Parts: sequence; C-alpha cells; structure tokens
Amino acid sequence: MRVILIGDGKLAYFLGKKFVAQRHRVTIINAHPSEAEEFSHQIKATVIVGDGTHPPILKEAEAEKADLVLALTAYDEDNLVACQIAQHYYGVPRTIALVNDPAHQQFFEQMGITVAFSATQILANLIEKRADFEDIANFFAVDGGQIGITEIILDEDSPAVGKTLQNLNLPTGALIGCIIRQDKAFVPRGWSHLQVGDRLILISQPEHYQQFLEVLTGKVE
Amino acid sequence: MAKFLEITVIGCGRLGSILASHFSQQGHNVVVIDRDKSAFEHLTEEFSGFAIYGDAAEMQVLQEAKLEQADCAIAVTGKDNLNIMVSQLAKTVFDVPIVLTRILEPAREEIYQKLGLTIISTTKISATAFFQTLQQQLEENVS
Repeated sequence: MRVILIGDGKLAYFLGKKFVAQRHRVTIINAHPSEAEEFSHQIKATVIVGDGTHPPILKEAEAEKADLVLALTAYDEDNLVACQIAQHYYGVPRTIALVNDPAHQQFFEQMGITVAFSATQILANLIEKRADFEDIANFFAVDGGQIGITEIILDEDSPAVGKTLQNLNLPTGALIGCIIRQDKAFVPRGWSHLQVGDRLILISQPEHYQQFLEVLTGKVE
Repeated sequence: MAKFLEITVIGCGRLGSILASHFSQQGHNVVVIDRDKSAFEHLTEEFSGFAIYGDAAEMQVLQEAKLEQADCAIAVTGKDNLNIMVSQLAKTVFDVPIVLTRILEPAREEIYQKLGLTIISTTKISATAFFQTLQQQLEENVS
C-alpha cells in the first residue's frame, strides 16, 4: 500500500517506521527541515520537507497514486485541509485525520474524512472505564465505539466465581469471548466454570457494559 | 432578512478589524474572535460589539461566540486552513446562512470553491488592482 504521512514528532516517526516494517511504501511530509532530515536517515521512506496542505507538495508526494493519507499534525485545520485536498484533488480513497479538539471528530467525518480519531477521546474513555475499577486491564472501542473490548480479572469477591456461564445472568449484547487461565487461553462454552484469577476478554455493546460488569464483579461503577 | 444583522468576524487582524469596526458602525451586531488579545486594539472606538478572546480552532470558542445565531460569518484569520475549517464548521455545524472565506494562497481557492465555500482571494484581488492601476497610469502617460 502507498501511504502518505503528514506530520512531525514521535507519532509520525514511529508510525512511519511501523508502516515501513509492514512493507508499505511510505512518504512522509514534515514541515520542519531538521526533523525531516533526521527522519530520512532513520526511516526507509521518502521524506519531503514542506506543508502537507499545499497542493504542489502533495503532488510531489505522488498523492494521485496513494492509497491512504494520514494527517497527524497538532493543528486540526491543517489535518482537515490536507485530507480534503488529497481526497478531492488527488482522488486518494482513504484519509485518516487526527483531531486535537475531540469536538471536531464528528464534523471531520461529516466533511468526508474516512476516519477521524481523537487521542484525547481514546485516553479519556480508557481512564473513565478504569476509574474505581482496577481489575479492568484494558479497554478499546471498535468501529467508533459500537462495540467495546475489555479485559477483567476475577477476584475472590466476584459473585460469578464458581458459576457456569449459562447460570450467569448475562445481558444479551454482551459475551465472554475468551478466558485466560494459567497462561492458557480458551473460548468458553455455556458449561465452563469461572475461577478466581481468570482473565476474561469481554465483548459488549456500550449500553450493556455496566450490567455486564456488575454480573461479573458485583461492583457498580 | 432583518435590517441589522448578527455578524461574526473570525480574526481581528488588519482586515478583520476594519470589517468588524465598519459593520458595528453601521449598526449591525458584531462578534469578533481572535486568539491574540492585543489584536482587539485594532478596532476603532466606534466598535460596540463583542470581542471574544480564544482560538477559533476550538469548538467551544465558536460556541461561546454563539455562532449558531449569526446571519453571516466572515473568516479572515491569517491562516488559510483555519479560515477554511471555521467556514465549513459555520456552514455545516452552526447553519450560518452566509459564510465568506478569505484565502491568501490561490492554489486552494479552486478546490474549496468546488466544495461550496464562497472564497475571497485577497492575493488575486490585490494583483488585479495592481494590473489595473498600472494600466491606467500607462494610458495617462501616453496621452
């Protein structure tokens, strides 16, 4: 895949490296000459110094052949314009933009950006889900938050310990996708018993999440 | 439309301050936004509108400026991309009926005109003024 990455700093650097390692053809547009030079030494990618929202710079990056443009600068307006020009002027099929102000996320997608993501929102969700809930190891949202995936560890206070899944009153929009017990993972069946120390991978719709956690941990968030 | 309009001017630099002062003097209700407090010193004494101090790239600032109540929004900050983004926000999120966008870099003009913005390219307008004035002077010198 041909990827154009517009941005600077560590995010652009490590993402650029990762795409190269995944054998994508990467072009990085970086506005800062000294950092761009550093990138060109450290990453096997084409590095262009310039403004990624400027049509001639996108042309130099061969935007018309790109499969994906990623705009990751600290300025929402630059990320929006870079993606819009890539899309409408050079016909790039997929665009991904970082939104610094989470309130812009929906608007960006309304303006035709394929995916707008907010680091602030992702971190805030993560913290919100963790608050008062230290056994929750992980949370991430899939498909814009329609489904959440969470990992929890059952402690001895859990009312679910010793029960089989079919005896738990699990909500309909929720399921236990996997149990990890003594470093072995298995997909549980209705007759599987839950034990203290089990790590459970939960898949649920957000509206059923609270009830799901309550059944498994006995705690209300 | 009412005789006196609600006008929001985004950017209180040289151009924005002239526009905001002028509209205010004409009796319109003007809100002007700038992220630099000292920019408001450009406004004339006749300006009687609201000055909102904040970055227009932040949604909350546009909400504080009650952009949804505006009849007209004029984006004239020094940054083309910011003008473009704020104008698209004004049109699609805040439903402002008239939105004017200043652009300095002509390369972006065509594409955003196609995307439905009303663009005023001050660079092109100045170039035209230079050509015309030069032409006039040449003609006067000939005659």
